[in-house]
Amino acid sequence: MSGHTVRIELTVNGQQREAQVHPMTRLLDVLRENLRLTGTKEGCGEGECGACSIFINGELVNSCLVPAIQVQGAVIQTIEGVSSSKKYGSKLHGVQEAFLGWGGAQCGICTPGMIMAAVHLIENTLDPTTITENQIRTALAGNLCRCTGYTKIFEAVQKACHLPGSKA
Amino acid sequence: MRAYLPSYEMIVPQSLSDALALLKTEPGVWQPFAGGTDLMVLFESGKLSHRKFINIWGLSELQGIQENETHIEFGALTTYAQFEKNALLCQEFPILHQSSLETGAIAIQNRGTFGGNIANASPAADSSPGLLVYDAEIELISSEGSRLVKYCDFHLGYKKTILLPHELIRSIRLKRHQNTHHYFRKVGTRKAQAISKVCFAGLALQNPGQTPECKIALGSVGPIPSRCKKTEKLLSQSFPKIAKEKRDWIHAACSELTQEISPITDLRSTQDYRLQVSLNLLTDFLDTLKPSA
Repeated sequence: MSGHTVRIELTVNGQQREAQVHPMTRLLDVLRENLRLTGTKEGCGEGECGACSIFINGELVNSCLVPAIQVQGAVIQTIEGVSSSKKYGSKLHGVQEAFLGWGGAQCGICTPGMIMAAVHLIENTLDPTTITENQIRTALAGNLCRCTGYTKIFEAVQKACHLPGSKA
Repeated sequence: MRAYLPSYEMIVPQSLSDALALLKTEPGVWQPFAGGTDLMVLFESGKLSHRKFINIWGLSELQGIQENETHIEFGALTTYAQFEKNALLCQEFPILHQSSLETGAIAIQNRGTFGGNIANASPAADSSPGLLVYDAEIELISSEGSRLVKYCDFHLGYKKTILLPHELIRSIRLKRHQNTHHYFRKVGTRKAQAISKVCFAGLALQNPGQTPECKIALGSVGPIPSRCKKTEKLLSQSFPKIAKEKRDWIHAACSELTQEISPITDLRSTQDYRLQVSLNLLTDFLDTLKPSA
């Protein structure tokens, strides 16, 4: 038996944060429980649904599959940081605007993960206006939605590719 | 039911030699933990029976991609995404590029590692058929030194491997080939996030003036991912010289493969389906090859 905990220091959405947790605590729980960033959702808890998608050092990951000890010193971005980062001022990210404008969200549980995956695609593409529907489908293949049937989500991401507020 | 967190331990070694020393001092006690894409799933569902883990994610000695004239070698912690971003690896080993793209989805590809895929030893591992047809070698290290083994000798039985409790996989070594025809198909319930029902890799080394050499490997049709050497032998020995010999050649190969693999019925698929799909994929692969004359 070992109830030992460790101190994890990390940068979350541009701010220095820390948490005293068991090394195998899921990053998802560190974000939601310790740091009170509840925008990141838990769906399946086994890497299938993408609801808990966040960025670690700029890479899209499922935060339910990452033990806390592996993000010591890492730079994390969550859905809360997509709109509030200095990069965009107080404005919503283009992907968020598009989800609002073109009906990309229904119940909302998958939405933060969908937006993270879409932001990841757009910000890693030199010219987002060249993004094809196939690329969008691949980029969002790890995110499940049980409401929309995906069509509205793909449409919203396609629109976002052409919005000025989408590119970093 | 969710795992009881305090019953688990995870420690972080300062270096590779620290990790190897610990594995040697307490063999079997500490299990290596890399990208977590398999272990965290078990952990979450309360099915992770091992309790003590050594976090090897981040050990620089297990990372990096190097090439020389004859081989390309990449660290065990190379993720699928890192493989996909390496132009040389993708160009020369397109089967492993494709299997990486079809492993989970992007978020999984950013964490899942080749070393983890190999050590986890699932018969359905997506990278296994590719590693088998490319005759991959893997370097195993311990505090006593290292040994280079053929990946085709790595699996002993279902989830049983030659990896000793005090060893880690350091790297994967691939021989560079020219004039090679590559073929890969993973068949699952959907394009992404699926565990394969059948996974097929085919390779034909076609040097001008020589009889082509065929290699095939399958995943999810037996207790371990395996090369189909009998079928390969038949294929290479009777490689058609003219197009009209091809039908008979493919037919004979399908009969041989039927004898050689032993698919089972489980929660993902049935014996009959797996056999039929394996034969269809073999046929599809052979259809893409040109007669040797």
